[in-house]
Amino acid sequence: MTNKAADIKAGRLSKQEVERNFGDLHPPLSRSEALIAADRCYFCYDAPCTTACPTGIDIPVFIQKIRSDNIRGSAHTILKENIMGGMCARVCPTEVLCEEACVRNTHEDKPVDIGLLQRYATDPIFKHRTPLFSRAETTGKRIAVVGGGPAGLSCAHRLALLGHDIVLFNRDEKLGGLNEYGIAAYKTVDNFAQAEIDYILSIGGIEVRKNVSFGNDISVDQLRDEFDAVFLGIGLGSVNELRIDNESLPGVLNAIDYIAKLRQESDKSTLPVGNKVVVVGGGMTAIDIAVQSKRLGAERVDIVYRRGPEQMGASHYEQNLALTDGVTIHHWAQPTKLHGDEHVTAIEFQRTELDRAGKLTTIGESLLLEADVVFKAIGQTLDANSIAADLKTERGKISVDDEQKTSLDKVWAGGDCVVSGDDLTVSAVQHGKVAAIAIDRGLRS
Amino acid sequence: MADLTSEFLGIISPNPFWLASAPPTDKAYNVNRAFEAGWGGVVWKTLGEDPPIVNVNGPRYSALHSNERRVIGFNNIELITDRPLQTNLDEIRQIKRDWPDRAVVASIMLPMNEQTWAKYVPMIEDTGADAFELNFGCPHGMSERGMGAAVGQVPEYIQMATEWCKKAASVPVIVKLTPNVTNIVPPAKAAKDGGADAVSLINTVNSIMRVNYDTLTMYPTTDGMGTHGGYCGEAVKPIALNMVAEIARNADTADVTISGIGGITNWRDAVDFLALGADNVQVCTAAMVYGFKIIDDLTDGLSTFLDDKGMARVADLVGKAVPSVTDWQYLNLNHVEKAIINQDLCIKCGRCHIVCEDTSHQAITQTVNGERHFAVIDDECVGCNLCVSVCPVDSCITMHPVTTGIDARTGKAIATEKANWTTHPNNPMRKQG
Repeated sequence: MTNKAADIKAGRLSKQEVERNFGDLHPPLSRSEALIAADRCYFCYDAPCTTACPTGIDIPVFIQKIRSDNIRGSAHTILKENIMGGMCARVCPTEVLCEEACVRNTHEDKPVDIGLLQRYATDPIFKHRTPLFSRAETTGKRIAVVGGGPAGLSCAHRLALLGHDIVLFNRDEKLGGLNEYGIAAYKTVDNFAQAEIDYILSIGGIEVRKNVSFGNDISVDQLRDEFDAVFLGIGLGSVNELRIDNESLPGVLNAIDYIAKLRQESDKSTLPVGNKVVVVGGGMTAIDIAVQSKRLGAERVDIVYRRGPEQMGASHYEQNLALTDGVTIHHWAQPTKLHGDEHVTAIEFQRTELDRAGKLTTIGESLLLEADVVFKAIGQTLDANSIAADLKTERGKISVDDEQKTSLDKVWAGGDCVVSGDDLTVSAVQHGKVAAIAIDRGLRS
Repeated sequence: MADLTSEFLGIISPNPFWLASAPPTDKAYNVNRAFEAGWGGVVWKTLGEDPPIVNVNGPRYSALHSNERRVIGFNNIELITDRPLQTNLDEIRQIKRDWPDRAVVASIMLPMNEQTWAKYVPMIEDTGADAFELNFGCPHGMSERGMGAAVGQVPEYIQMATEWCKKAASVPVIVKLTPNVTNIVPPAKAAKDGGADAVSLINTVNSIMRVNYDTLTMYPTTDGMGTHGGYCGEAVKPIALNMVAEIARNADTADVTISGIGGITNWRDAVDFLALGADNVQVCTAAMVYGFKIIDDLTDGLSTFLDDKGMARVADLVGKAVPSVTDWQYLNLNHVEKAIINQDLCIKCGRCHIVCEDTSHQAITQTVNGERHFAVIDDECVGCNLCVSVCPVDSCITMHPVTTGIDARTGKAIATEKANWTTHPNNPMRKQG
């Protein structure tokens, strides 16, 4: 393979084209659209959608309140269970959660637009900063929350609501975790993540300390000494490696690093993007980087996943989004070799299949894809060094009980860093909420 | 194809759908459009004495909406025609000349003295109108002046005015009744006794639609003040059907010809009225909500329905359901029904369960063997039809008579003979056998 210069450059599309490409994926519902959508809700009893919601939002009730133009009440119904109901309305894979459970699917194959209705109800609250919650009488208890992502923010908000004082430690300059630095830009436009965080912090009682590196600047033991309880919502700090030769070649990038840069860039047309982009992986991050590369003007984007469409972490909806955007998805191929001397030029895969024992094996056929850039999107792992040696883990993640309690006294954890973490904002919010309720109960007993 | 030709008091129209006396029939322009669209007849917007009345120059209408903004109920405070009498008479004359195959009925409202009736009735009949309809129904505005519903609420006045009209008229006289009474039979009987050839009903129901949530005044208002209007549209149909059926089944009035009015929006509504005793029907609100084109579904749907029933003409349908209407005391108390939920159609919304659980007889399961499953518990089911009423899926829950064996709820054998309240042992007034 010849080593021509990699075709990576900014400005493949005009600024206007890029802005259009990164506009709202699902524009908000107008009032009349919302009323029509809300009218489709049957107000089910013990509703399957609510059961399917990891945070247990009473969906029929919030939709009924939309119907009666009680938008503030509707938002309260949502946010009292899920303080990040605004973000979840944008990023939840509703097609495999509430909307999949909707009874409307049985006869019409078209669920109530629960996600869009949730956004309709909550948008005005964040826009106008309408206070819906007030803190209980102060308890004098202090709790350390490590990580300013969805799990940490949810935990901090609930604890503040219950009257405790929180110190929230954040690694980055901005709060929000993957809501701010991950997630495709077209899912959360107009700096919504920060508007939501401002709203969450406006409850009071949450002191934010930024640019604090957990494991370096502070340790679990220190926090346990200084605070009445500790919540770890530290996410997954390390990126999985492909474990093939030449992985350090220029042009072989971590998808999440590029997405973080993309999210922070106000003029996305200035971002350098490869002409031929290959993404390795099958989760939401793979879809996000593939679609965004395409929308920045890459001519050819390939996703390669070692298993089939059913095993992909990305939902069918997400896969279709990528296909509609002109991304090619190759299934059943795993990377074996990166080509190039000074820069990656191509990536080679071996075709795979499941053997009779159900184990993934190669079948002796190869696939070679030219690449100006290769993105690794095969998952993240817990940064093991950041945690106390005696904290129990399983499969590289923190073990917790039903109430998010870890094996360490006074320490709870939630979000992507725990065993049950599933890369969903909504699950992280629930972890934080459940932990806060357990912490509160413990501190009062 | 069934023949939709309608004969009402000897007046022939190509179908039994007339536009009721209301804004759609106020002018020749509208009536021409209605006839072009295919309506069988019109009852002209009510004529009164000169000088004509005046209307408010602000909101005359308001609606009760579904969430999709479908109009379910409709309210108006418009009065009778506000155009000079001669203008209306000239237009009626021209319309009747241009559309000889359509019914054109003159609605009139006059003060309660005989001379006025003697003066105006012949003048109006001279236009060639096929009949009169006496507006004893409008509940707003005109009733404050001793006309409209103010007459319709006093049977003696109905009879008196009907007699005056009959004396002066040679064409048939229809008396339009107000529903704002406790019992519709005495007004209908009074019309008959006054010599009326038919009654038409219902006119609108006294109503206030809502308040304005910003100003906390009633809504709508005319410069900050409002007044009750007349309610109509789909929401009033059940009220109208009851009144039509009451007249049709009462011995004193059973022979009275009826023009049915009240919320008719599609052909099924028309079937309701005709089967419960109306000889033809009149429509207003549906036209005001959708325009005249709805006549297509009304005629086509009715024709298809008659074909499906093997009926050759509209008259075959008239009154078919009347014998099924009776007093509560004559209902067979030995008859037992139970609901059955078709599990193949059930979408598992749980609405039947929760309404039965919260508000009725705890007769529908929520789970069976730990699974979400809604089924009727015969031991508790009284056959009330609530679950059928709330189920969002058509025909998913149905009622089935239990004709043999034991009623699981009462533990008693199903009786084959009928028995009603008049002979029930719990009835202190029961007839002694």
